[in-house]
Amino acid sequence: MSEAQPQAFYQAELDAGRWRIQRCGGCGRHVFFPRVGCPHCGDAALDWVAPSGLGTVYAVTTLRRKPAEGGDLNVSLVDLDEGVRMMSRIANQAPAAVRIGQRVQARVETKDSQGLVVFDVIDARPTEGPA
Amino acid sequence: MNGMNDLRALRGQAAIVGAATYGCGECPGHSDLELLAHAAHAAVADAGLTMADIDGIATASASAVMWSLPVIEYLGLNPRYIDATMLGGSSFIAHLLPAIQALQAGRCRAVLVCYGSAQRSATFGRKEIVHLRRFLDPQPYEHPYEPALPVSAYALAASRHLHEFGTTREQLADVAVAARAWARLNPEAYQRGPLSREDVMAARMISDPLTVRDCCLVTDGAGAFVLMRANEAKARAKDRPKPPVYVLGSATAVWNRQISSMPDLTVTAAKQSGAEAFGMAGLTPAEVDVVQLYDAFTINTILFLEDLGFCPKGEGGRFVADGAIAPGGRLPVNTNGGGLSAVHPGMYGIFAVIEAVRQLRGECGERQIAGATTALAHGNGGMLSSQATALLGTEAAL
Repeated sequence: MSEAQPQAFYQAELDAGRWRIQRCGGCGRHVFFPRVGCPHCGDAALDWVAPSGLGTVYAVTTLRRKPAEGGDLNVSLVDLDEGVRMMSRIANQAPAAVRIGQRVQARVETKDSQGLVVFDVIDARPTEGPA
Repeated sequence: MNGMNDLRALRGQAAIVGAATYGCGECPGHSDLELLAHAAHAAVADAGLTMADIDGIATASASAVMWSLPVIEYLGLNPRYIDATMLGGSSFIAHLLPAIQALQAGRCRAVLVCYGSAQRSATFGRKEIVHLRRFLDPQPYEHPYEPALPVSAYALAASRHLHEFGTTREQLADVAVAARAWARLNPEAYQRGPLSREDVMAARMISDPLTVRDCCLVTDGAGAFVLMRANEAKARAKDRPKPPVYVLGSATAVWNRQISSMPDLTVTAAKQSGAEAFGMAGLTPAEVDVVQLYDAFTINTILFLEDLGFCPKGEGGRFVADGAIAPGGRLPVNTNGGGLSAVHPGMYGIFAVIEAVRQLRGECGERQIAGATTALAHGNGGMLSSQATALLGTEAAL
C-alpha cells in the first residue's frame, strides 16, 4: 500500500482507525477526495495530513426509509475547517435534528473492519443564519 | 479570435427538420431499441427523409456502454459522423453543437439524434441498474453513506437553497403544480390529474425536503430529431409542411460528477452553458418566448431559471411562486408538463428539445404559446453535474 494508490491507502488508514486527507505540496490547498494529483494546480506532490476533524454542516437531507431498511438516515455534506467538503453522516443526532451551520467533530467509526468517517454535533446552534 | 467568436458564426447554420416521440408514458412489451426505432423512423419521416439519408448519429443510453453500435445496426445506418457522448440526461442537447460543426464541415448531411428507454415497463429496472452501478461505476466517498442517488443529491441542493435564500417548501411545490397544469393541456403527458400545492407537500417524503411529487416520473418513452444544414433545410422547406427550427446557440458545461464535489450547491454549470449559448445566439433571457428545463426534481427548475438568467440568484423560488410559470403566468416553462408530469424515461433532455420544436412549429394545441419564435431547451445530467443549453428559433428569429 502506498501513496501511488490513494483510494486504497485512504481506506486502509481508516480501517486502522486513522483519518488522513491530502494537502498539496505545490499550492498548499487541502484535497478531498484523495487523488493522484492536485485538482487545483496539477502538482503531483500530495502529502497526507491529519485534519483537525472540525467542520460545519453545509447541506442536509433525511433519507426516509422503512424500519426494515434501516430507518430514516441522515446524509450531510460537511465543510471541513481545512476548506474541503465531504459527504458524511451526523451520527449523534436524530436525523430530523441536524441543521445546516451546526459545528461538528469527526470520528472514525469501524464496522465489519471498515473504517468510515462520521461526525458528531458539538454545538447544536447553527453558526450561520439565512443570508 | 476567441472560441465564442468562432461559435457565433455557427448561429442559425443548422436546423431541426424532423422530430417525433414514441411510447411516452407506459408502453409495455417494447425493448429500448424498439422504442427508439419507432421514434427514429417517425422523426425521419417527419423530416421528409428516408433512413438512407441519415449519415450521422448521436445517441446515448443509461445502461448500454456501447449503445451507438446496436442503434446503428438496428436502424441499418452507415454513419460518417458518430457521437455517443454520454453526459446523462443532458446528452441529447450536448449532441447539438458537435453535430452542427460536423454538418458545417461537410462530414455529413443529416444527423439523427435519438433515445429510447423502457424504464417503466422493463423487468430489469432502475433499482437493478442503481445496484450494478455501485460496482461498475463506484463512488467510494459517497456510497458508504447510503444516499439514495440521485434524489438525495438534489435534496441536498434544495436544503441549501432553502437555507441561503429563504426559498420555501411551498415554492418547490409550485414548480410541480405548474408542470401538472401544463400536462393537463398535453394529451401525450403521463400524469394529467389535478395536483395542488397541498397535494405535493402532503405526498410521501422521499429525501427531505423533496416528496415523491417533487421527483420526476418513471416512464417509458423515446424521442428523436433530425438536424441538417440550414441552407438545405431552407431549400427543402418550400416542399415541406413543417418549417425548420434553427439552432441559434448551444453550449455544454461540466463542473463536477458527485454532489459532494459541487463547488456551490446553489450554482450549477448552467451558468456557464447558458451564458455561452446566449452569447452564441446573440439573445438575452428576456427575448425567449418559451422555456423547457430538465425538471428531474422541483429544485432544478428554480436553479436553472436563476443560472440561465431569467431571474437573479436566490430569487428562483419567488419567481416560480403562485402560478408564474404555469399556463397564463409570466413565463411559460415546461409546456409539455416536463419530467415531473409528462415523460421521464431516465434521460429527459431530448424531450425538452422536441417540445421546443413543437412550440416553434405551432403544433401544441391547447398549450401553444401564440407566436413563439424563440425557445430555450436545457438539459441536466448526473447529480447537477452536466448542463447543456440550446436556443432555438423560427426563421423570424434568424
